[in-house]
Amino acid sequence: MHDLLQREMSLSLFGIFTFWAVVMLVIVLGFVTYAIYFERKILGWMQSRIGPNRVGPLGLLQTVADILKLLMKEDTIPRKADRPFFILAPIIVYVPSFAVIATIPFAENLYNANLNVGILYYAALSSISTIGIVLGGWASNNKYALLGGMRSAAQMISYEIPLVISVVGIVMMSGSLNLHTIVSQQTGGFWNWNFLPQIVGFAVFIVAAISELNRTPFDLPEAESELVAGYHVEYSGFRFAFFMLAEYVYVFALSALATVLFLGGWDAPLPFLDFIPGIFWFILKFAFFVFFLIWIRGTLPRVRIDQLMGLGWKVLLPLALVNIIITAVYMEIVK
Amino acid sequence: MIRTEELVLNVGPQHPSTHGVFRVIVKLDGEVITEAIPVMGYLHRGTEKLAEDLSFTQIIPYTDRLDYVSAMTNNYALVNAVEKLMSIEVPERAQFLRLIVMELQRIASHLVWWGTYLLDIGAMSPFLFGFRDREMIINLFNELCGARLTYNYMRVGGVKWDAPEGWIDKVRQFVSYMKEKLEEYHSLVSGNEIFLARIKGVGKYDAETAINYGLSGANLRCTGVKRDLRKDEPYCIYDRFEFDVPVGTNGDCYDRYVIRMEEIRQSLRILEQAVEQFPEGGEIMGKVPRVLRPPVGEVYAGIESPRGEIGCYIVSNGKDKPYRLKFRRPSFVNLQILPKLLVGETMTNLVTILGGIDIVVGEVDA
Repeated sequence: MHDLLQREMSLSLFGIFTFWAVVMLVIVLGFVTYAIYFERKILGWMQSRIGPNRVGPLGLLQTVADILKLLMKEDTIPRKADRPFFILAPIIVYVPSFAVIATIPFAENLYNANLNVGILYYAALSSISTIGIVLGGWASNNKYALLGGMRSAAQMISYEIPLVISVVGIVMMSGSLNLHTIVSQQTGGFWNWNFLPQIVGFAVFIVAAISELNRTPFDLPEAESELVAGYHVEYSGFRFAFFMLAEYVYVFALSALATVLFLGGWDAPLPFLDFIPGIFWFILKFAFFVFFLIWIRGTLPRVRIDQLMGLGWKVLLPLALVNIIITAVYMEIVK
Repeated sequence: MIRTEELVLNVGPQHPSTHGVFRVIVKLDGEVITEAIPVMGYLHRGTEKLAEDLSFTQIIPYTDRLDYVSAMTNNYALVNAVEKLMSIEVPERAQFLRLIVMELQRIASHLVWWGTYLLDIGAMSPFLFGFRDREMIINLFNELCGARLTYNYMRVGGVKWDAPEGWIDKVRQFVSYMKEKLEEYHSLVSGNEIFLARIKGVGKYDAETAINYGLSGANLRCTGVKRDLRKDEPYCIYDRFEFDVPVGTNGDCYDRYVIRMEEIRQSLRILEQAVEQFPEGGEIMGKVPRVLRPPVGEVYAGIESPRGEIGCYIVSNGKDKPYRLKFRRPSFVNLQILPKLLVGETMTNLVTILGGIDIVVGEVDA
């Protein structure tokens, strides 16, 4: 892939890229389908109920049926909605969520783009989704949607900052913004992984990541009990499906990013386990992170908007900054 | 300078957190509420007016539908008032059965409250845990009277059905089961930092305000006023049992939470004693005339429902139907403080405060 990117653009090359994009899309869609199933099953298990078990064996086709239902629904746009923006919003939310996956290295030789500014690319693109959410909330011409959109803007801006700053420690340690390089420097057993020296950064990253994902306990933009559904209250059918899709693709992307940055990517936890292919370890760590997100959802109540802001600016941001200072001092001493 | 204006937001009657068809019109300045106007009556069925055309036994099913989360206590509120007016003696076994179902109902009602309150605050699992355990109580009731929600169980002078064989043992088992589960609830929810941050100091009022607004139940006791009709004006056979009345000090949502959870424990205590003392055999219906004709006069009898003081006021003109029947509905009375509490709070606290008051719209609108 790396060599291909260096070459001059030709029609056949364009074809290859498109093909890979489609393959990636299928993988991501497959993940989303079964992440939703997985989430419903696990939540059901945690809440002493069964979860989906009607459609297909063990309910495995439940999500497929749900998506089909959404796709076949009538496409409704409220009469007083801002039509072009209403249509544009789900796309703006979705496209960056898929685009960020390009930089994730899944295994040593399995990645789409070996970008020198991988982290920066991720942070920059993922914040575009916020615009889509605000746009959707505004264009719906609904007060609940507007409140949800405003909350979302406030939340995502305040958590984007600690999220990025918490990663700076890692960038300093590895001296690179390239995700592939960052993983390469963590190889050789779990004691080399970044989550140990960067434990503060890791904690800040997880909290900020959950908030970025708009998931419990930070699911304020779509706080069901207050704002009914938040920014997508007026959306239905496949436009709504796009919002849902974007949400789960971000779960995919952020879990993958956490794995790459803190959990050593494709590296085996113990060196003698190296004979098992890296992708297996990647998927294992990645699945653990996804499970963690679901686990949190089954356990915690939601924070209030002012408490959320307080946490972001007064706790997470200073912690992340302290983490940078400690990392810098430590690295200076070790040198 | 940006021109800002208030946003009028209509919360309900179709809203997941108004617990039915209750509606509040709020004026928002950003996310802060500057004015709140509750609108009620969407579930008004005219129970009190309908009752004027019904005989006393026929009114009992209507009381089930007032506070449908706590139908047993409503049943009792009516039959208790009629019994008081007619001076009817209720047999021992019936008294015990009434007490047991009322305390079970209190637990069931508080479990529903607990689950939905946590759902309002954004936690999903407690709702299912609460309903899972409530289901056991409902099954007990189902076995007793064949209904899950609207029991129509009590009659003037006693109860309709005797406890089937082994039922008391099942209640005993439930009590020990619930005691365990209550600990689990506390470890899951009560110490959660996010939860505490959400409810501590929210929706505060003092004892004087609470009394002036006529609040009752946990809404009153959270301010430190120790008033529980089971203790203060004992009815049924509550004076024979040992239990405490939990009170709070701060008058906030947290105190209301703690009190309701403690009330579950106290109800379990009462049940434990009642199950031990439950009489073998005996009548379940007292001596009552075939047609109930209370003497001319009026009566008010209040009891402690899970939500507060539910009172039944009957004016009789000597006929078999009441001349006027009035329910003092605790949800309705407790709700009156809402607009006062909401001013200056955020949209999020609206849900917290409304949930903390614990209303059942069927009772608010009657």
